[in-house]
Amino acid sequence: MLTPDEVRKVALLARLELSPEELAHHAAKLGQILDYVHLLNELSTDDVEPMVHAVELGNVFRPDEPAASLPREAALANAPHHDGRCFLVPAILG
Amino acid sequence: MEVQTIIGLEVHVQLLTRTKIFCGCSTAFHPDRPNVQTCPVCLGLPGSLPVMNRRAFELGLKTAVALNCQIAEFTKWDRKQYYYPDLPKGYQISQYDLPFSTDGFFDLKLGDESGETRRVRIIRAHLEEDAGKNFHDETGRGTESHVDLNRAGTPLLEVVTQPDLRSPAEARRFLEELVLLLTYLEVSDCNMQEGSLRADANINLHIFDDEGRKIPTPITEIKNVNSFRFLEMALEYEARRQLEQWKATGKKLGEVPKETRGFDPQRNVTLPQRGKEEAADYRYFPDPDLVPVIVSADEIEAARQSLCEFPAARRERIAVAYGISYQEAAMIVDQGARFADYFEEVALGCGDGKAACNWITQDLLREWNERRWTLATQPLSAAALTALLRAVLQRTISIKSGRELLSALLDEGANGSPPPARVAELIQERGLALVEDSGAIDRAVAEVLGRNAKIVADVKAGKLQAVGPLVGQVMKLIKGADPARVREAILQRIQES
Repeated sequence: MLTPDEVRKVALLARLELSPEELAHHAAKLGQILDYVHLLNELSTDDVEPMVHAVELGNVFRPDEPAASLPREAALANAPHHDGRCFLVPAILG
Repeated sequence: MEVQTIIGLEVHVQLLTRTKIFCGCSTAFHPDRPNVQTCPVCLGLPGSLPVMNRRAFELGLKTAVALNCQIAEFTKWDRKQYYYPDLPKGYQISQYDLPFSTDGFFDLKLGDESGETRRVRIIRAHLEEDAGKNFHDETGRGTESHVDLNRAGTPLLEVVTQPDLRSPAEARRFLEELVLLLTYLEVSDCNMQEGSLRADANINLHIFDDEGRKIPTPITEIKNVNSFRFLEMALEYEARRQLEQWKATGKKLGEVPKETRGFDPQRNVTLPQRGKEEAADYRYFPDPDLVPVIVSADEIEAARQSLCEFPAARRERIAVAYGISYQEAAMIVDQGARFADYFEEVALGCGDGKAACNWITQDLLREWNERRWTLATQPLSAAALTALLRAVLQRTISIKSGRELLSALLDEGANGSPPPARVAELIQERGLALVEDSGAIDRAVAEVLGRNAKIVADVKAGKLQAVGPLVGQVMKLIKGADPARVREAILQRIQES
């Protein structure tokens, strides 16, 4: 079971705003998920190398050669706010 | 009471690639054209797939080997999650628990003369992507900030040192030497104006009380310093501030949270930056889009083989090989590898290292500065300069004529590099060859003395400095005469008269 404070911290890091009811709800739900995943702890992994990546591939590179970039209009197209040159966001320092 | 300053640096350098670290967008610096060097990968659009730039990895490897690092056989990329408008994906691709290199060192020479060095241990060097750039309304009244993502995804190498530096001046010296090494290695241009190099500095004090007990002050981190001078100034300020703070509060390391501060060069102070909410919690995890890199012993060896002579070694060698002082050698080496090559070619060609050093570091550099030229843009080949210095050293022309010729060659260079043979032509055209004919000199001396009876009398009476104008007049009559010889001839004639 997670405490409401722990859920509040995770929500803040993920930029989610939760009402007190949602907080209690997610504390219970997230706790259940974690408990379920903890089942894996029953396995003995003493002789198993830690897995650092799900794909068994390595050394995939691209050459240092320029490829076409997006036109600026396309780059800005999905932004909620822009001025035709830059993305616009609420003032960072104000 | 004794106070020791403890400093460690985190240096970010932009690697010299044509394209970004995980996509083919250009890394060129275009502040006037925002958001023209982006694509789905560096914008973090759904469904895009980053792929590692081979050149970026190779440049990182070369640097790590030069810094005596251990190279990991297996390395991977991780996501560092935080929200900021210049970070479009919501995470930065970096390296967390398995960086590609660790445990290196850099020997920093502390003084010019003494052989004393400081071994600065390198904790790690890892690869990561840069963020974009935010622009804030200068007036502070604007309601919006502007974001340019041209930089987002630019390859960076982060080098982290142990806290082995012992003064602000030493920290500056380390950064200068590191930058010089990186430019010699040709892994970065370290252009600070364009943001290719930024440093964060961690600093605290070890205060030893009268019983010799060590009291460490709380560590502060000074973020994003982009000049050598500012680094030293910021650390000087911070060391003073920490001592005063300790005297006022008595707070030690561990009793207050680590503080992040920024340097304001206008006011020459460091100021606390607004703390991020909670403690930094980046929730690193392996990036599933990028596969690990496995480095072979052959690749490490190849990186080692690709290293050039380091600046520190080159200073020592050049000083000894060409009979110049360590300071002179440093002046040459610190101008960059191409400049040192130029010097060595001229020094070997003319056979007099000291003369080559004087002409290049004094006359030539002054001419370049006046014309706003650099080695890359100036026209005089090492071979042409060698021809000029040979003429001076063999006393075919005087030093003064040599300077005139240097200017002339550079003037002509505006229309293309003058060939070495042009030196002999110019000597001929301008009649600069020293006149060996003593008869001609004697006749000119006789003529000049004949019309300067008063000065001759003065010289004879012991006013030797009066001889100067006489030498000048003789030189006007025979342009190519050696002034030293003319002076000798005049004095001899006056004495005999």
